[in-house]
Amino acid sequence: MAETIQLEVTRYSPEHDAAPTFQRFEVPYRKDWVVLDALNYIKDKLDGSLSYRWSCRMGICGSCGMMVNGEPKLTCATFLSFYAPDAVRVEPLRYFPVVRDLVVEMTDFMVKLQKVKPWIIRKEEKSIADGEYLQTPQQLDVYKQFSMCINCMLCYAACPVYGLDPLFTGPAAIALAQRYNIDSRDQGAKERMDILSQHEGIWACTFVGECTEVCPKHVDPAGAIQQYKLTAAKEWFKSLLMPWGAK
Amino acid sequence: MATDAPKKLLEPFFWTLFSAGGVVAALLMPVHIFLFGLAFPLGWIRDLSHTRALALIEHPLVRIYLFVFCSLPLFHWAHRFRYTLYDGLQIKHLNEVITVFCYGGAIIGTALAGYLLLSLP
Repeated sequence: MAETIQLEVTRYSPEHDAAPTFQRFEVPYRKDWVVLDALNYIKDKLDGSLSYRWSCRMGICGSCGMMVNGEPKLTCATFLSFYAPDAVRVEPLRYFPVVRDLVVEMTDFMVKLQKVKPWIIRKEEKSIADGEYLQTPQQLDVYKQFSMCINCMLCYAACPVYGLDPLFTGPAAIALAQRYNIDSRDQGAKERMDILSQHEGIWACTFVGECTEVCPKHVDPAGAIQQYKLTAAKEWFKSLLMPWGAK
Repeated sequence: MATDAPKKLLEPFFWTLFSAGGVVAALLMPVHIFLFGLAFPLGWIRDLSHTRALALIEHPLVRIYLFVFCSLPLFHWAHRFRYTLYDGLQIKHLNEVITVFCYGGAIIGTALAGYLLLSLP
């Protein structure tokens, strides 16, 4: 008989269940299968009512983030072979409210993301006739790493500070704010500072560093936050020494 | 901009002390531990006798260095320990007590270091 592997999957329907439960499924074990393949197998062959998000299955869309054996992972990039022959436990992303089974409610992140204005802000837009905003490869390198973020929210599920203080702006949103702050074409750093320099912005971070550990795109949100703390501290001293310079 | 809320006002300041203290503790502490904990007592380097140490400390720059060396890591400790109590033990409701204990401790330690360094001949 072909090899199999056990999957323990969270089942939860907030309208009907008092609390989430686990359901065990036995799926074929294949070396080239990722956790998402196993979930798709369950959905197709065993229980069509299982709910979860996925789209590209190649680590770009950022929608299949779940807790795999307690760690935040993109299920499309997490091989079953890493856990076999032991059972694999799949849960919804930690710290987010659950809509159903493995699907989390991500409004909180979306609101925070918008708040930090992660887009290029210009004091005055150039007209189309004036041409594009030029940038050297060196200027691109400064922020490129942070621009790899796919909004998968694994860093939020990894961040104990976010778990304790849901008001915390959080790793991805701050890293993306910093991505635009250090973009040579951007002039919006002052606007973002009002959000970022609040307690719930950068100062809530205690530099646990788990966000950077779990990032599937090798973004360094913890680095971005520490970088920004230095910027904000410098601004603070500047406004103390030169109060007339503050806006 | 930074003056409309006291929280906003103080956090960058204490973070700067925390950050500077971390640098001092990480870079200089091991050197001192190596020198005074191993190298001098085990005779790897010619021992720093009491008279030579006193002569060294007569220089104001050495005293300033020692003051910074004692003070900043205490503020690093204060910040870190405060958050250890907040998040580790989750006793954030004791905010005032913890803040006074941590930063008060760092301030007392700083004052003590200043007093000792000033009162040396």
